[in-house]
Amino acid sequence: MSLALRQAKNVLMLGVTWLCAGVAAALLAIIVIYVVERGAAAFHRSFFTNLPTPVGIPGGGVANAIVGSLMTVGMASVFGIPVGIMAGIYLALLGRGWLADAVRFLSDVLTGVPSIAIGLFAYTIVVVPQKHFSAFSASVALAIIMLPIVVRTTEEAVRLVNPAIREGALALGMEAWKAILFVTVPCARAGIVTGALLSIARVSGESAPLLFTAFGSQFWSFSPSAPTEALPLLVFQYAISPYRDWQQLAWGGALALIIFVFLLNVTARAVFPARSVR
Amino acid sequence: MAQDGTDVVTVPALTLRSRRRRAPSGLGDRIVLGLFAAAAWLVLLVVVGLFVVLLISAWPAVQSVGIRVLESTAWDPTSGKYGLLSFIYGTLVTSTLALLLAGPVGIGAALLLAEVAPRRLATPVAMLIELLAAVPSVVFGIWGLFVLAPVMRTVIEPALARSLGFLPLFQGYFYGVGMLTAGILLAIMVLPTVTAISRDILEAVPRDQREAMLALGATRWEMLTRAVLPYARSGIVGALVLALGRALGEAMAVVMVIGNKPAISLSLFAPAYTMASVLANEFTEATGKQYVAVLIGIGSALFLISMLVNIGARLLVRRVGAPQRMRTR
Repeated sequence: MSLALRQAKNVLMLGVTWLCAGVAAALLAIIVIYVVERGAAAFHRSFFTNLPTPVGIPGGGVANAIVGSLMTVGMASVFGIPVGIMAGIYLALLGRGWLADAVRFLSDVLTGVPSIAIGLFAYTIVVVPQKHFSAFSASVALAIIMLPIVVRTTEEAVRLVNPAIREGALALGMEAWKAILFVTVPCARAGIVTGALLSIARVSGESAPLLFTAFGSQFWSFSPSAPTEALPLLVFQYAISPYRDWQQLAWGGALALIIFVFLLNVTARAVFPARSVR
Repeated sequence: MAQDGTDVVTVPALTLRSRRRRAPSGLGDRIVLGLFAAAAWLVLLVVVGLFVVLLISAWPAVQSVGIRVLESTAWDPTSGKYGLLSFIYGTLVTSTLALLLAGPVGIGAALLLAEVAPRRLATPVAMLIELLAAVPSVVFGIWGLFVLAPVMRTVIEPALARSLGFLPLFQGYFYGVGMLTAGILLAIMVLPTVTAISRDILEAVPRDQREAMLALGATRWEMLTRAVLPYARSGIVGALVLALGRALGEAMAVVMVIGNKPAISLSLFAPAYTMASVLANEFTEATGKQYVAVLIGIGSALFLISMLVNIGARLLVRRVGAPQRMRTR
């Protein structure tokens, strides 16, 4: 092949890579623009304060779903984040041998388990014995989804802290646990917060595991042991309904979800922008 | 531990790592460090628990309807027919489509981000692609249902039928919802996975590899295809397998655009069902012990398959030893 031909091919194919990235960015733009356009019409005051109304009655809102989402994601965070952080610290500083390797590998694998299967697990171990759907069972499923994200981000963040500062504390006679909790962990704070925020962002949008745990509800529910509505669940249920005003609520819910998830993601990455190193 | 003066002062770095050789540590150490280890054990137990519980709960299904259901396509739970073949077919077709579409585009985008674009541009574009990964699947679903499906029915499917209609794949009615729509939506969803992981892998390829090729007089494209991509091959295959795992297990977006019909059709325009979407669509409405048991069995099978796919992918990605970015899927 002549040089000119090779160079032409080079330019052409590099252009194709630009096209590929352009397609990816354009897809994001198209989806976001549609959701904003269709969802913004649903954003009136009653959207955030009212219960859904029956078909044909205006003024319906998704307030119960917002409360339900806050409740389930809140409980999941209480279960999942502390355990995840502690396990992450263990992997970064204490773990060695087969246990650490196994936990690291399995939490990577857990990231890829379909969320609907995790919902099925929560259904089997919580809903079936209790004989009723509940916000609690939903939060168990969500906590499991959060775990690997928190574990791995915490591990990487703690690993990035210079061991010399902990060794300094030890050399001054500090006990190991104090050196970890009061010297190393504060230095890794930003990364740990990032992991927590990303995990919250991830589960806030999860709907599949809520289908057979939170189940959904048309009414207010403040009890962890009652079936509850959640925003992603409402988006699904109302989007597939045949009624225009319910579909409108679903678009509004989708927009609210996207705004919340994007804000959390951008904040998380601004807090800890450095790329993590294994 | 702190009392053990010599050990602490002379080899401080080892104090945490060599517990066995030290004098018994203080109470605080034992409690707090014990808690950390307990948390790690808990993570391990959760995964093992998932595995055990889902396997055990699949057993009633295997017992009551047997393994023969895998050979049948008749799905009619009210009359006791539980043929699962059409779900397996739908799952395979949609995720293969997703990979065929997202694979080349994702790898191309990764090449741009890792090798071609200046860092000043690559960082914000990568950020956008990360955001695409953060979009909840139900939002993809509602977009697919109200925006993509109508476009498929009125524009894309007729165009495909006109140009490629001689293939059985592109014949039949234009429903808008069906395997092709689901495959395209899944492709959009797994695109960020392919891109982000391939990019990490490409960045881990040693510089020497590139410099040697350029020194031989290769163009940049030749350098990429002959020196960089072959080196990164197993990692990129791993990225594709991870994407496959995500496509196999996606329930919500698929259930909204695939048409939910238990049938096997050669035409990609036809409505179908996947393992994840039948679970999402029918589980809460299932009546009768056997019906529920079969659906749980489908869920367990899905879990097992995605576990295997994921383990394979992680091993491939890990072999390249690329550092990973924070990722939530």
